[in-house]
Amino acid sequence: MHPSSTTREPTPALVIIGHGMAAQKLLEQLVSLSPDQQLPWPVTVIGEEPHLPYNRIQLSPLLAGETRTEGLISQQADWFSRHGITRISGDPASQIDRAARCVETASGGRIPYQRLVIATGSRPALPLPLPAHLPKASSVNDWPPGLMGFRDLKDVEQMQAACLAGRQAGAGALVIGGGLLGLEAAEGLRKGGLEVTLLQRSERLMNRQLDEVAAGLLERELRERGLDIITGAHLEEWLESPAGRISGVRLTDGRELHAGLTIAATGIRPEIEFARAAGLACQRAIQVDGHLLTSDPHIHALGECCEVDGETFGLIEPIWAQIEVLARQLLAQPTPPYRNAPLATRLKVSGIDLYSCGELAPQPNDEVLVYQDHALGDYRRLLLREERLVGVVLYGDVSAGNALFEALKAGTPLTRIREDLLLMPAEALARLTQDGPPTAPDDPSGKPGTQDMTDQHRDRDTTDKTDKTDNTPDTFEEAA
Amino acid sequence: MQASKPQSTSESSPCSASTTCPYCGVGCGVSLELETRAQEGGELKRSITAVSGDNDHPANYGRLCVKGSALAETLSSSGRLTQPQIRDAAGVLREVSWDTALELIAARFGELRSTHGGDSIAAYLSGQLLTEDYYLANKLFKGFIGTPHLDTNSRLCMASAVVAHKRAFGADAVPCSYEDLERAELVVLVGSNLAWNHPVLFQRLKQARIDNPLLRIVVIDPRLTDSCEIADLYLGIRPGSDARLFNGLLAYMAERGRTDRLYLEAHTQGFDAALKQAKRDDCSLSAIARDCDIDVERLETFYYWFATQLHVVTLFSQGVNQSTSGTDKGNAIINCHLAGGKIGLPGAGPFSITGQPNAMGGREVGGLANQLAAHMDYDTPGARALVSEFWKAPNLPEGPGHKAVELFAALGRGEIKALWIMATNPAVSLPDSARVRAALAVCPLVIVSECMADSDTLAYADVVLPASSWSEKDGTVTNSERCISRQRGLLTPPGEARHDWWQLAEVGKRMGYQEAFDYSGPHAIFHEHARLSGFRNSAPRLKAGRKPTATSSVKRLFNIAPLAELDRAGYDALKPIQWPVRRGDKGELIGTPRLFEDATFNTPNGRARLVPVVPQLPQQALSDAVPLRLNTGRIRDQWHTMTRTARSARLMNHRAEPFVELHPQDAATRGLQDGGLARLKGRDEQGGLRGDYRARVRISSGQRRGEVFIPMHWSDHFASHARAGALLAGLVDPFSGQPESKHGAVEVESLPCEWQATLLIAPSILAGREDLADAVAQLDGRYWARIPQSALVRYQLAGQGQPDWQHWCESHLGVPAGLWAQDAAQGGISAAGFRDGRLVWWLKVMPGDAHLDRQPNIAWLGECFASEQLSAHERRSLLAGRLSGQADVGAMVCACHQVGELTIRQAIQSGDGSVEALGARLACGTRCGSCLPELKRLVEEERSDERTDSLEMA
Repeated sequence: MHPSSTTREPTPALVIIGHGMAAQKLLEQLVSLSPDQQLPWPVTVIGEEPHLPYNRIQLSPLLAGETRTEGLISQQADWFSRHGITRISGDPASQIDRAARCVETASGGRIPYQRLVIATGSRPALPLPLPAHLPKASSVNDWPPGLMGFRDLKDVEQMQAACLAGRQAGAGALVIGGGLLGLEAAEGLRKGGLEVTLLQRSERLMNRQLDEVAAGLLERELRERGLDIITGAHLEEWLESPAGRISGVRLTDGRELHAGLTIAATGIRPEIEFARAAGLACQRAIQVDGHLLTSDPHIHALGECCEVDGETFGLIEPIWAQIEVLARQLLAQPTPPYRNAPLATRLKVSGIDLYSCGELAPQPNDEVLVYQDHALGDYRRLLLREERLVGVVLYGDVSAGNALFEALKAGTPLTRIREDLLLMPAEALARLTQDGPPTAPDDPSGKPGTQDMTDQHRDRDTTDKTDKTDNTPDTFEEAA
Repeated sequence: MQASKPQSTSESSPCSASTTCPYCGVGCGVSLELETRAQEGGELKRSITAVSGDNDHPANYGRLCVKGSALAETLSSSGRLTQPQIRDAAGVLREVSWDTALELIAARFGELRSTHGGDSIAAYLSGQLLTEDYYLANKLFKGFIGTPHLDTNSRLCMASAVVAHKRAFGADAVPCSYEDLERAELVVLVGSNLAWNHPVLFQRLKQARIDNPLLRIVVIDPRLTDSCEIADLYLGIRPGSDARLFNGLLAYMAERGRTDRLYLEAHTQGFDAALKQAKRDDCSLSAIARDCDIDVERLETFYYWFATQLHVVTLFSQGVNQSTSGTDKGNAIINCHLAGGKIGLPGAGPFSITGQPNAMGGREVGGLANQLAAHMDYDTPGARALVSEFWKAPNLPEGPGHKAVELFAALGRGEIKALWIMATNPAVSLPDSARVRAALAVCPLVIVSECMADSDTLAYADVVLPASSWSEKDGTVTNSERCISRQRGLLTPPGEARHDWWQLAEVGKRMGYQEAFDYSGPHAIFHEHARLSGFRNSAPRLKAGRKPTATSSVKRLFNIAPLAELDRAGYDALKPIQWPVRRGDKGELIGTPRLFEDATFNTPNGRARLVPVVPQLPQQALSDAVPLRLNTGRIRDQWHTMTRTARSARLMNHRAEPFVELHPQDAATRGLQDGGLARLKGRDEQGGLRGDYRARVRISSGQRRGEVFIPMHWSDHFASHARAGALLAGLVDPFSGQPESKHGAVEVESLPCEWQATLLIAPSILAGREDLADAVAQLDGRYWARIPQSALVRYQLAGQGQPDWQHWCESHLGVPAGLWAQDAAQGGISAAGFRDGRLVWWLKVMPGDAHLDRQPNIAWLGECFASEQLSAHERRSLLAGRLSGQADVGAMVCACHQVGELTIRQAIQSGDGSVEALGARLACGTRCGSCLPELKRLVEEERSDERTDSLEMA
């Protein structure tokens, strides 16, 4: 499909490839930062999906039947025309002609650009290579029947259909991956009426965010709701029907699990095919600097498909920060560069509150503070190193999460509030702030925390890498 | 004023009544509001709904101290003894009927008397008893069982003052009235922390100072106490130097011509000898100041004030009495009053303030071992014959019996084979309590009449008799100003609890003395008591210098014979009246506010005696091993061994734990921290350990260097190691037999602990649990204190090692931790247990031995214990020990911005009626948007509620 409206400018100044959450947020940010909310130049955004842009994070509530498709749409079609934005949907970009500063679409359209933003996001990754005899095994769009990701509206529609069919046929579903996405998918399908088995490679659910206790609480809760969970599940091979449909998996312990539908939620792979093809510098994703600029000074990359200082992204928070920088950058407004910072994972798995930030595994000399309420199901584990907070896991009562995260980032010595830090964290930290900033004795640099922040960030990064098996960690908030 | 009769017809009928307070010797009048309600089964139950000071009572005119105000809180029937018990062969107390118990006592008494003689039986009574109880005990033991060994805990309190009075005045008579405090120009408090021990008198004195700007107040006390708040002059004398101080005063008065020569010549004897004795010591001001360790100018100021004022009241109390030379100290004070003629006048006189509500009543009936009866001693000529005749008593002893400390020594030696203890807790309150306990343990028959189940002495009882308590007991008491008041029986004793007089009468009757112990009630006993006071009591009293004429009479000051004419109604309606009592011209009853106004005393020649006094220092010797002088005493909000006052939560809050107060430098040299734990040790004659007292350190500059203070109240029921008596030697005054409780010798050291804990337990967990102390011991506990509160019992614990708290709580409290928080690196634990959602225990363990920095909010936790079901917000605040000041935001809705459901609902209610508006105000839903459906639902819910509300409004 060719662009329907190319009436205003023959050569749009800005072209964005990909129209997921990141691209849409960037557009909204550009609008709000522009004088009188009028963009100074025309913009074209090229989306793969046929729909109006929608909030991908709400796919889980959608699957769970808690919201409807309309609820996911943030802007209607007229919003784009009002702001001089040309929206190309259902005709994905296929190639970048850097020399000609032109984007080609699948249908053969050529769209010239002054500036290009790549916001193509990522694709679900598979835990096993597909059987070689299956013809179409490379792209997620080409996965064999019976196996799918959980990433877009199409997936949800398909899963809903499977629920309908499965309820009649009594067939179960298999979800591979015990991260947030896998849990959401499993819960959604279970609520849809399917018997669901969740497979998790690690010994515990959400192993990168939760310690054993919190993961145990989560597992117990989900089991009580009726989810079948197998942890420590190592896949050996796919099972397939004679017709070439994926019908389940075999585990290394010999167990075979059969299902009418299998969802892979084991990680994501940045979508960088044509960026690489266009010769942009890439490692795991498209390498950009603090101003989100790729190796080509006319091209930016953003979100899950980009890489800053060796780090890729799956959570909304850093991507939103990137958008803040990029929008100003495009509008030639002054902005400090984007920098990687420690991240907090705040999330809600099917109504269960979780919060995690900093390091997860205690080092030998770390001090572990633990609070647990068996009736309310609250759990709190704080990791202290030299009286400074380096790791937080909250389950249930997460109200102190942001305050703890701030203290973690600031590297504030917490000796004075040690006891209350565990028992009444938000209030204790508020008291610390009221009492005035911590004085220098513990910290010769006089600027508490800055050094720690980077150090710790580095630590975190290393931990992640060593722990990593797939391209990128499971996403919790599937952004961009 | 009598309680009006409850109206049986109405469901709840209020009425009011007046009575007197059961605590200190001030003897305040108390007004009560009562309510009668029909119980299930139609039985009427009366209860006290309000307590206030009696406006008409001359002791307090409406005032009441904190202990008195909390009386109603001490009355619950839980913790009361309600059934007689007898220890069986296996050593277990078994409930029995009254008949069984009384028969056993009567039979055993009978056997002992016939095999070992009456003096193998003894009684140990209490200033808590009413006069009627006391009278009957005295009559039974001395007159009928025939033992002189009947003494009382008043021995620990004012026995020295009694002897001092007798030596000086010829009778145990307090000359003054409280009103004299208000009419004086100078009030001297000696060894009296009036502010804490007699708070209402302190209030009166404080007011008097406002009303009369010329009134000066001097406080003489080694400790800078709260009473110094109103002092114009404070003399922080070396402990025990009182006699030296007052001897010096006598010499000062004589030297400067400030004695009243006419008075001395006409009405006294012994002045020259007393002065001569005083002058054996260097009576220069500097020498006295040095000996008393005070500033010479202060000393001279005091002497000058005392010598130049006529209207001087010297109010003295336990600081003087509880000494091995307490009697002499009392006389040293009285000497100065007699020498200056400062007695028998408004606002003048030596004024002994007693500690107990009816110490005076006990003295009046003769309820001390050295007394016979009704202000007569064994050596009073004609007294034995008079009493024998009046009582028709067959077995009156020949001479005095053992005084308290001696009595327990005789018990330990096996000379006394049966002891009946009433309304007192000698296992705690006597000095050298380890020896006292050993003596109780060997005594073949220990009978304990007691109200409360948590008296340490019950552990040694062979027979337990449940007694009625304050508000149930009916009779009279006499306060420190000789004022006889009614204490009224208004409530029914719980279970089988019975009045003490009834118990005594029943034993008397069962021993074969039906006629002598056949009383219809307290009125009948009082009637007899009043008659005895006037029985052949010569009147009018003799003028000085005349010889007694009526040889058959025994003259005594105590005479309330006119009160014998009161009928039952008159007795019930008796207004407070000071003895001696006489009839006026119109037949009205006239009391005697002030004695010796005519300067006639009760000595044979009518003259008061000045007694030569040799100042003596305390006998408990300090040494390198025990270098610190130990002072013991009361605290403001507790009474005796706490069996009653510990039942009021607010009374426990003033000083919740046993403590030791000491000077900052003494603390520093011993490495003691304020709020930390310390251990006090005494030494016995052989150098062995005497006592092991463990308590919180209170560093106080009000304490002299080299001296420490501990409270006397704690028993084994309230703390692991906090019996003050255990540290004290059983050394007594040779005249009064009063122990030297103010002058122990100890060393203090820090008590190192690896952990300290606060454990709160619901009464439901504790019910019927006698083993908790053992359980606490299993923790390698070095210290515990039990602090009863309204909805919980608080334990403060400290110990060594690393107990497995999780296991301990589950196995000993029977409920596993529902809430658990642990700071493993520092050893901190917080936990709570729940039964059916209800908080039943709460624990906080802190590392180290420093004082727990911030105590939890016990009041709030008490509410949590009382609550059927805690809210999530309360539950989440629970381990921190106080309700979070952070508003409860409700369940988390927006994970990104951490916005809770309650916050959102409030925003909707205040007008943010859309998801967008909420986002604009609270930022919820503006990041990842996953909470948008929930936000939408909340908006819809709130708005439909709004509609419902408005419909309902319409």
